[in-house]
Amino acid sequence: MFADYSWSELGSIFAMQGFAGLVLFSVFVLMALGLAIIFGQMGVINMAHGEFMILGAYVTYLTSNFFQAAAPALMPISFFIAMVLAFFASGALGMLVEMALIRFLYKRPLDTLLATWGLSLILQQTYRTIFGAREVGVTLPDWMMGSLPLTDLVEIPINGLIVMAITLAITMAVALVMFRSRFGAQIRAVVQNRPMAGAVGIDTEKVDRFTFGLGCGIAGVAGSAFTMIGSTGPSSGQLYIVDTFLVVVFGGATSLIGTVASAFTISQAQSTMEFFLSGSMAKVLTLLTVVAILMLRPQGLFTLKVRR
Amino acid sequence: MKTDKNGAAPRSMLRRKLMIGAAAMALSVAVLPRVGLAQTPPTSEVNTTGLAVTDDTVTVGILHSITGTMAISETGSVQAEKLAIKQINDMGGVLGRKIEVVQEDGSSDWPTFAEKAKKLLVEDKVAAVFGCWTSASRKAVLPVFEQYNGMLYYPTFYEGLEESPNVIYTGQEATQQIIAGLDWVAKEKGAKSFYLLGSDYIWPRTSNKIARKHIEDKLGLKVVGEEYYPLGHTQFNSVINKIKLRKPDVIYAIVVGGSNVAFYKQLKAAGIDMTKEKPLLMTISVTEDEIRGIGGENIEGAYATMKYFQSLENENNAEFVKAFKDMWGQDIVIGDVTQAAYLGPWLWKAAVEKAGSFDIDKIKEASPGIELTTAPEGYVKIHENHHLWSKTRVGHAKADGQYEVVHETTELMEPDPFPEGYQ
Repeated sequence: MFADYSWSELGSIFAMQGFAGLVLFSVFVLMALGLAIIFGQMGVINMAHGEFMILGAYVTYLTSNFFQAAAPALMPISFFIAMVLAFFASGALGMLVEMALIRFLYKRPLDTLLATWGLSLILQQTYRTIFGAREVGVTLPDWMMGSLPLTDLVEIPINGLIVMAITLAITMAVALVMFRSRFGAQIRAVVQNRPMAGAVGIDTEKVDRFTFGLGCGIAGVAGSAFTMIGSTGPSSGQLYIVDTFLVVVFGGATSLIGTVASAFTISQAQSTMEFFLSGSMAKVLTLLTVVAILMLRPQGLFTLKVRR
Repeated sequence: MKTDKNGAAPRSMLRRKLMIGAAAMALSVAVLPRVGLAQTPPTSEVNTTGLAVTDDTVTVGILHSITGTMAISETGSVQAEKLAIKQINDMGGVLGRKIEVVQEDGSSDWPTFAEKAKKLLVEDKVAAVFGCWTSASRKAVLPVFEQYNGMLYYPTFYEGLEESPNVIYTGQEATQQIIAGLDWVAKEKGAKSFYLLGSDYIWPRTSNKIARKHIEDKLGLKVVGEEYYPLGHTQFNSVINKIKLRKPDVIYAIVVGGSNVAFYKQLKAAGIDMTKEKPLLMTISVTEDEIRGIGGENIEGAYATMKYFQSLENENNAEFVKAFKDMWGQDIVIGDVTQAAYLGPWLWKAAVEKAGSFDIDKIKEASPGIELTTAPEGYVKIHENHHLWSKTRVGHAKADGQYEVVHETTELMEPDPFPEGYQ
């Protein structure tokens, strides 16, 4: 298939394809991080993860509408304000859900699957009632659209660069919180041994609530970022949920570094195969590979030793 | 149409006033039937099979998804059907009977569609059903309509390969939508090579098959790539790179649903400026409805082949757009399928009046040959195969989310659900 092309053409295509793979990697990390915290650290199977993302997207939509109408001068930075608001909106909803629903189900992890699936349906219908069944168009600041032409063929999409930057920032922030802060130490303590953590004076219920809120908040940021590359509609969250679980489970649910590694593996495999095969075949092969590896390593790529 | 509408308004006002005064109640009951008596044939004559038809009402069903992922697309169809029914009622109804609606929700779930269709036909005994959107939902209800002998008016453009006496297809089958558009782009834009792209299910695959045959066999041009992505796919960077490498003159895109938004946003971000038309993008899956989600600025410059655009300039359409906006809100947009859904109740009314009966078998027989001169798209006519003769148009997407019509076939395109040489 390459016979007709010159070396420089091939070189630029490989450069662009490499970049496409990196963007996909960032997207996977961003959508999986929140779930990795909730599923990995708390053992809650959160089927409503996609809907928390879409809440972030709708917050971005409302914010950008607001700035367009009220303060057009601030439009160029409206997106980042929206992102912060999305974090707090999704995080707050997450904490509310934890308080009203999830905390009664910690001893029954499989029931969280059903409960959060129901929650996802409720949220979808709520969005449909409030925002209408149709997808909404989120107006982005002009500078975030378009691409940077490097050569005739190589063009770097600006929104890809922004997604990568956001992912990097969020991942570092999560790593800092989890491994360098007092709150992170408490989260890890509760995960490893709940009664003992309680015995040394950690308010485990409060830690649970904030952990769930943190995971949902990150989902909101992801949703906000994805308004650049995807759709914003009541059921758009469903587009992400399968890939998200795939990344988290493949990486080894309890390990954040595993999530990153798994996102990298899956995204590179998928974007390479998409280039050589058709889109549907690439997806099939990716899923087959993941299934095969999980059969050999049921615990995922990386595991932490956790007391059971 | 106009005089009737104007004439009907005061009458319904009068009736409302009469209804308010309890004393006048008896009067209204006594007077109103006599007004309609002249054109109202007795129920025993127009309804021999036990449908839900009384002396002054007839019940029809609307069966679309109000909830679930398809609600995004089907909402417009429900709105159009309700508008048409309201207008027909304002004109005095069908055979002197007001249309009453039973609405059911298919919930974007195909077995639910079949179940609700059965409920509408068996329990409600509706005289006609306006509904379904995806081919999957239509395939699910088809056996129900054939078994219980119902009448379905189906609004969506679809892949063809079907013909049922119990269905009137008010949208285009694939050849009507595809062939004229390809001819136009080859002749007017000098396109030589095509890259076919679609979501991975029956409609895009069948449509691209027809497109490929037409491009290669009839036009003698080249297809340089054909590819499908799963429904809901959100990452199109790889295929965009492939398109850049193969340098086709035309990207022929049949991407649907949420994928659509991702595809056009990423296409623009990757530096493919559709207004430069290098490559040119042609689609058969993006109506004005979808552009609202995609954003006009992301798809400006693309071409779409449809039979209807909101911007069509004719009197019928001006009236239709105004009535639609008055009923459903000023900032609403109207896409191809919405218009096709609007035709359903009107075609049914015409068939009932031609047959002089609500009986399904008589409507089936009366339907072929029925013409509608008041259609927003212009003139349409029902073919022997229960599809519509209609024109194909090419629209050029503008930044404000509307299409500018740049081409229109001079003749009506014949519906051909089983096209020879294309399968």
